[in-house]
Amino acid sequence: MSSEQDEESQSQPQSHGQGEGRSIRCLVAKVGLDGHDRGAHVISRAFRDAGFEVIYSGLHKAPDEIVQAAVQEDVDVLGISILSGAHDTLVPKIMDGLEEYGAREDTLVLVGGVIPEEDRPELKEEGVAAIFGPGTSIEETIEFVRENAPER
Amino acid sequence: MNADDQDLLDALLEGHHRALARIISKIENRAPGYRDLVSELYAHTGNADVIGITGSPGAGKSTLVDKLAETYRERGETVGIIAIDPSSPFTGGAVLGDRIRMASTIGDMDVFVRSMSARGTLGGLSTATADAVKAMDAFGKDKIIIETVGAGQNEVDIVRTADTVAVLVPPGSGDSVQTLKAGILEIADVFVVNKADRDGADRTVQELQEMLHIGADVGFGGSGHHGADAMADTAGDGTDDTDAETDTDADDPDDWMPPIVETVATKGTGVDTFIDELAAHKSFLVDSGTHAEKVRQRYAEEIRTLLREDVNALLEGELESAGGVDELAEAVRTGETDPYAIANDVLTPVADCLSEADIEAVQAEFDSE
Repeated sequence: MSSEQDEESQSQPQSHGQGEGRSIRCLVAKVGLDGHDRGAHVISRAFRDAGFEVIYSGLHKAPDEIVQAAVQEDVDVLGISILSGAHDTLVPKIMDGLEEYGAREDTLVLVGGVIPEEDRPELKEEGVAAIFGPGTSIEETIEFVRENAPER
Repeated sequence: MNADDQDLLDALLEGHHRALARIISKIENRAPGYRDLVSELYAHTGNADVIGITGSPGAGKSTLVDKLAETYRERGETVGIIAIDPSSPFTGGAVLGDRIRMASTIGDMDVFVRSMSARGTLGGLSTATADAVKAMDAFGKDKIIIETVGAGQNEVDIVRTADTVAVLVPPGSGDSVQTLKAGILEIADVFVVNKADRDGADRTVQELQEMLHIGADVGFGGSGHHGADAMADTAGDGTDDTDAETDTDADDPDDWMPPIVETVATKGTGVDTFIDELAAHKSFLVDSGTHAEKVRQRYAEEIRTLLREDVNALLEGELESAGGVDELAEAVRTGETDPYAIANDVLTPVADCLSEADIEAVQAEFDSE
């Protein structure tokens, strides 16, 4: 963690939100048969250091399980990490599940991983707010979450 | 209460999961209006059994809770779980990882798992936990499990929200049993020696037994006035100590000797016995009348905590509007005054107002009934 980032997180403690105890809650999810979780771990840690509350799903979760966790934990942000190439089937399933519980509207859904350029418009249409490919800086992701986490 | 909150409350009572999740968030956030919501919840509570599970990090709490939830579900009961993890004292951030261990019941919405972080609010977490329990109770959960790392006073307060507290002691914590003695071991209604297939499990069980017997003999700890009764029995029929203890355990419904259960959570071994002991403790509470006493104490503590937090918030507000604490702190630094003098100056007018706080009137309202 760079010291620059530490300063940033301290200078804006829980900058977002109205309630005094408000803190951004995120679910970092690994979905499908994809065993690469280093990225998810790095993001979880970075989010934690940014002052967010992070729930990590663990590996090999089905879309239903991700939906269940997102609904029960009432997360503001759902970050889905996919490196298997199955994003075009898995992400819509998750979005439909969120819809079922009325959670699609006000959950900020992000996708991280290897997503080819030509698949991105489709995911955005599904309701994914942003896609962070390889080489995205951690600061950029955190900044995006801070600015776009839904007000509830 | 505003219309949105009323809708949310209605949705919770109708069994909508998202409404429950949203209300717990409001409770956690101390969002505007959350108090009215919790007030309303109280009318719908009182049906759930609340179980607290605590123990050192890595003792196997989450895994055991997972198996517990699975077994309750097999018996047709619905389960709510509140898993509490520490938050960073520096950034307030947290990684809440208990959910990963709770895989047996995943996909089953009748197990509602909620992760909460400590958020660094002094005393506030136990209030938030108690309120979240109320929300799950009103939702209609049969069993509510609170899981937290047993590290200090704060955690002890949290599990006290529960009717029955189980403390996990992994094998090989012989030395730490000593250090824990004055802490979480005292609040155990049931001891669980988890990872009982490991070396040293027997020894840990023995040490716990020894501790309980010493406690019983001198009459302190969870077993209450057990010691005195044992003495009386001994004097009466001249049996030796061991017999006297067994007798009192069976005869005196006022005594509860915490049982020690051995489990292997990863395999599910001993979970049924554990559940039986939890149920036995619950019926002991009800039969002996201890339950009413316990609930009364808990509410007394809740009232005190609320009053403390509110008075504190009032003063903080005054302090803020007067320009904050920095100037006063600077005056102390430069030696012009001291913290006690300042506290005294601030509180004297508050103390004068206290005569106007008509607590007796509040009490009288309920006396007449």
